[in-house]
Amino acid sequence: MSAHLFTRIALLACLAAPALAQNSITADQPWARATAPRQSVGGAYVALTSPAADRLVGASTPVAGRVEVHNMTMDSTVMRMREQAAGLPLPAGQTVALTPGGHHLMLMDLKQPLVTGQTFPLQLRFQHAAPMEIMVQVAPVGSRGPASAAMPGTTMPGMAGHEHAK
Amino acid sequence: MINRRMLLGLVPAGVLGVGLAGTAGWMATHGDPASTGIGGPFRLTAGDGRTVTDADFRGRWMLVYFGYTRCPDACPTALQDMANAVDALGPDAARRVALLFITIDPERDTPALVQDYVSAFNAPITALSGTPEQIAAAARAYRVYYAKHPRDDGGYDMDHSSIIYLMDPRGVLVGNFTHETPPDAITTKLRAVLAV
Repeated sequence: MSAHLFTRIALLACLAAPALAQNSITADQPWARATAPRQSVGGAYVALTSPAADRLVGASTPVAGRVEVHNMTMDSTVMRMREQAAGLPLPAGQTVALTPGGHHLMLMDLKQPLVTGQTFPLQLRFQHAAPMEIMVQVAPVGSRGPASAAMPGTTMPGMAGHEHAK
Repeated sequence: MINRRMLLGLVPAGVLGVGLAGTAGWMATHGDPASTGIGGPFRLTAGDGRTVTDADFRGRWMLVYFGYTRCPDACPTALQDMANAVDALGPDAARRVALLFITIDPERDTPALVQDYVSAFNAPITALSGTPEQIAAAARAYRVYYAKHPRDDGGYDMDHSSIIYLMDPRGVLVGNFTHETPPDAITTKLRAVLAV
C-alpha cells in the first residue's frame, strides 16, 4: 500500500470515527520498528485510550509466533525488560502510550522480517472491550516513533493509523 | 588515585552484576573518566570468523556498545544513534571512528548472526561475539553488567547495561552516553574530540 493511499484510508477512518467513538477503545499511530536481518523479535507501539477502565491483556499477529506485553525499565544505566503477565491497565479516559523506553508489544518468533514502509495486522485483546484489529506501520530500525521524519504516511499526528474498536 | 580506588571499591573487578550504575553516576559527578579503569583488552570473534582484539582499533576512536539481537528497544536505538552520529560527521571524519557492537548473549548471538544484524544500520559497525568466557572478560573490562532473566517458557531475556562508550585512539574512555541520549549530543561530542 502506498503511503498516499494509507493516509487517505486513515483519513476516511478518522472521518467515520466519531459515530463509533462512544464506549470504544481508540488506538492511535500503531507502529513497529523494522527488524535487522535474522532478528527474531520486534517491538510494536501504539497509544490506547479507553473510555472505561480496561486492560490490554494480549495481542496476536500473523507475522509473529507470539506477542507479549512488555515493560522496559532503566535502573540507572541497566536495562531490564519484563513481561507484564497481568497486562497493561488502561484507566478510564486516559491515553496510555506504548513507546520506546517503556511499554511495548514484544513480537516473538517473527515469521518474516519487518520491512520499513510495510504494514501488518495486529489484534489487540482487552479484559472487557471486544478485540480490535489494527494495522501497524513499520518504521526504520532506529526510529523513535511516528513523529520522526523518516516515517511516511503519518504526517498528520493523531490521524494516520487512528482506529477504533468495533 | 584515590578516585580510582574508590571506584574499584564500588565495582569489584570480576563481579559482573555490581552496577555500572554506580560507575556512570560517579563519572557524571567526578569527571576524569581516564581514572575509571573502564575499557581494556578484549579478544573476540567477528562475523567472518576473524579474531578481533582491542589492539586492532588503536589509532581510531571507538564507540562501543554491549547488547543483544533479541533486544527490541534499547539496542537498536543505541546502534542507530551511533550510526547517525558518525554519518553526520562526513566520510573523512567518520573513518576515524570505529563502531563496535559486542553481544552479551553469546549463546544465541553467533558471530555470523550479529554481523548480519548490524548490516541494517547506515554506518559500518563491527559486530563481535565469542565464547561466554571471552564475552565475560570484555564486559568485565568495560564494567558492563549483564544477566539472564528466565522466562516462563524456559527461554530468557537479558538485563544489561545500556551504555555507549567513547574511547580515544589509545583506548582510554573519554565519554559515555546511553540509548536515551539525544542523538545530536553524540555528534557534538565527536566533533569536539575530533576537532572537525
